[in-house]
Amino acid sequence: MSVVPMTATAEQSAQSATTREPRLRRLNGLARPALGLILPVGVAVLWELAVRFGLSDGRLVPPPSVIFETFAELARTGELQRHASTTLARVAAGFGFGVAAGTVLGAITGYSSLASRLLDPTLQALRAIPSIAWVPLFILWLGIFEESKVALIAVGVFFPVYLGVMGAIHSVDRKLVEVGRVFRLSDAAMVRRILLPAVLPSYVIALRSGLGLGWMFVVAAEFMGASEGLGFLLVDGQQLGKPAQIVAAIVAFAIIGKTTDWIIAAIAAPFLRWEDVVRRD
Amino acid sequence: MLVLDRVGKTYPNGVHALEGISFSVAPGEIVAIVGGSGCGKSTLLRLVSGLDHPTQGAVILDEERVTAPHEKIGIVFQEPRLLPWLTVAGNVGFGLADRPKAEREARVADALDRVGLADKAKVWPRELSGGQAQRVAIARALVPRPEVLLLDEPFSALDAFTRIDLQDHLLSLWADLKPTLVIVTHDVEEAIVLADRIIVMRPRPGRVFAEIEADLARPRDRQSAAFDSVKRRVLAALDRSLDRSVVTDDGETQATAGAALWW
Ligand SMILES: Nc1ncnc2c1ncn2[C@@H]1O[C@H](COP(=O)(O)OP(=O)(O)OP(=O)(O)O)[C@@H](O)[C@H]1O
Ligand SMILES: [Mg+2]
Repeated sequence: MSVVPMTATAEQSAQSATTREPRLRRLNGLARPALGLILPVGVAVLWELAVRFGLSDGRLVPPPSVIFETFAELARTGELQRHASTTLARVAAGFGFGVAAGTVLGAITGYSSLASRLLDPTLQALRAIPSIAWVPLFILWLGIFEESKVALIAVGVFFPVYLGVMGAIHSVDRKLVEVGRVFRLSDAAMVRRILLPAVLPSYVIALRSGLGLGWMFVVAAEFMGASEGLGFLLVDGQQLGKPAQIVAAIVAFAIIGKTTDWIIAAIAAPFLRWEDVVRRD
Repeated sequence: MLVLDRVGKTYPNGVHALEGISFSVAPGEIVAIVGGSGCGKSTLLRLVSGLDHPTQGAVILDEERVTAPHEKIGIVFQEPRLLPWLTVAGNVGFGLADRPKAEREARVADALDRVGLADKAKVWPRELSGGQAQRVAIARALVPRPEVLLLDEPFSALDAFTRIDLQDHLLSLWADLKPTLVIVTHDVEEAIVLADRIIVMRPRPGRVFAEIEADLARPRDRQSAAFDSVKRRVLAALDRSLDRSVVTDDGETQATAGAALWW
């Protein structure tokens, strides 16, 4: 939704801005992302060559080919899928609870100033606590299995969603609400036809940052004792001295994390076309 | 028939915005309201539209007291206030959500046609020019066929040429549909081009200072002597209401702030 059209716009405007050196400009437009790849790809290739030529045994820092093999091996045995789906399920559950609570409380405090004065100070105070600090308490309350992990993730997801929804409702243009009043919308119609569409762009951003935190916290949750999950693969790789497995798990995190983020963006995109147009202008 | 009966408004913060406003507007009549900045013109329109409540007196439309937004009353604000997530057609049809789709589409198409924007139906509001957006706002307000259309400085953000175009547009819409128009404006010529009657207001508290009939043939010729004489009378009324210090009805002398001259 964001990256591709934006680079395209930058490229177009750069082109129309200067007619003198359009070809150089276009080269720049294409070369800029490629430039960023030079360093990591170069390092990977160099490292691969260094290990191939025996300059290093690559035990602590495995070369790309070994990481790829480990990844493929994990995928072939189905281990990767098992761990990944466990982690995904935890994130999904935590995200679901966090989003539900964040949306409801954010909507209430955003809508009613009484509720805001009542609830917001407490929630802001809770927000100031580093969420990992809850872990011992969650384990005492909920045990060491799924519940405490899901709770931790939900806490991580909750705050950005809560703040996003509350802020979005606060910043709905009073002038547009008046348009709704002029057309005598009922409360329900006002929510559906004015408030919801108005908050949707910020809501999607809130969901995406919530999801990002969800992925962060699932790692923390799986560090605190798990027998399954990508976080477990990380810990396991450390304890058994298998750095390639660690990197493979990190790669899996990156891929799945990015994919889930992309899914949210893609679902929201058709509803935000009106906004996209603004950016493309 | 729209009647304002001794309407007054004091805001909760103590600002005495309006006092004893009484006038009536016949069906199909065009009334312009002019006056210095801060003399309560927007407040007055908001009371008539039912978006706000008078603290004294009453607004009465067809023998019925207006206490909340009313289906017979439409309003066009100074800004177009289009909903950015709806296309132009969606915005124009906003007030027709409860009608069958076919009827809605026909009326939207008709309204867009009237304001000369039939080809913009599927466009997002952000893609419109200021004048086009304001035309869409007028179409949106007219689509439910209000008896009374209120306009609060609808063209003040536009350049002089677009403004004259839209004045003509508004008059041709009015000639077709004959709604009652109450238009607030800062532009004396605009008031005279459009209105049958010009109400000049005077500030703190806002009240009616003069009512001037503009009994001119339409379409109005800005160059004509009759136009000029009405213009002189309106300007004279405004001048007096904008004196550095004005004597209020109870004989007290009040200094008007410099801001009041910014109209
Ligand atoms: N919501 C409000 N709360 C308190 N005071 C208000 C409010 N709206 C307007 N006022 C005050 O009421 C007075 C009249 O304001 P109003 O907006 O009606 O003036 P106006 O004639 O429309 O001015 P302008 O020509 O600048 O638009 C002003 O003194 C203003 O400060
Ligand atoms: Mg005003």
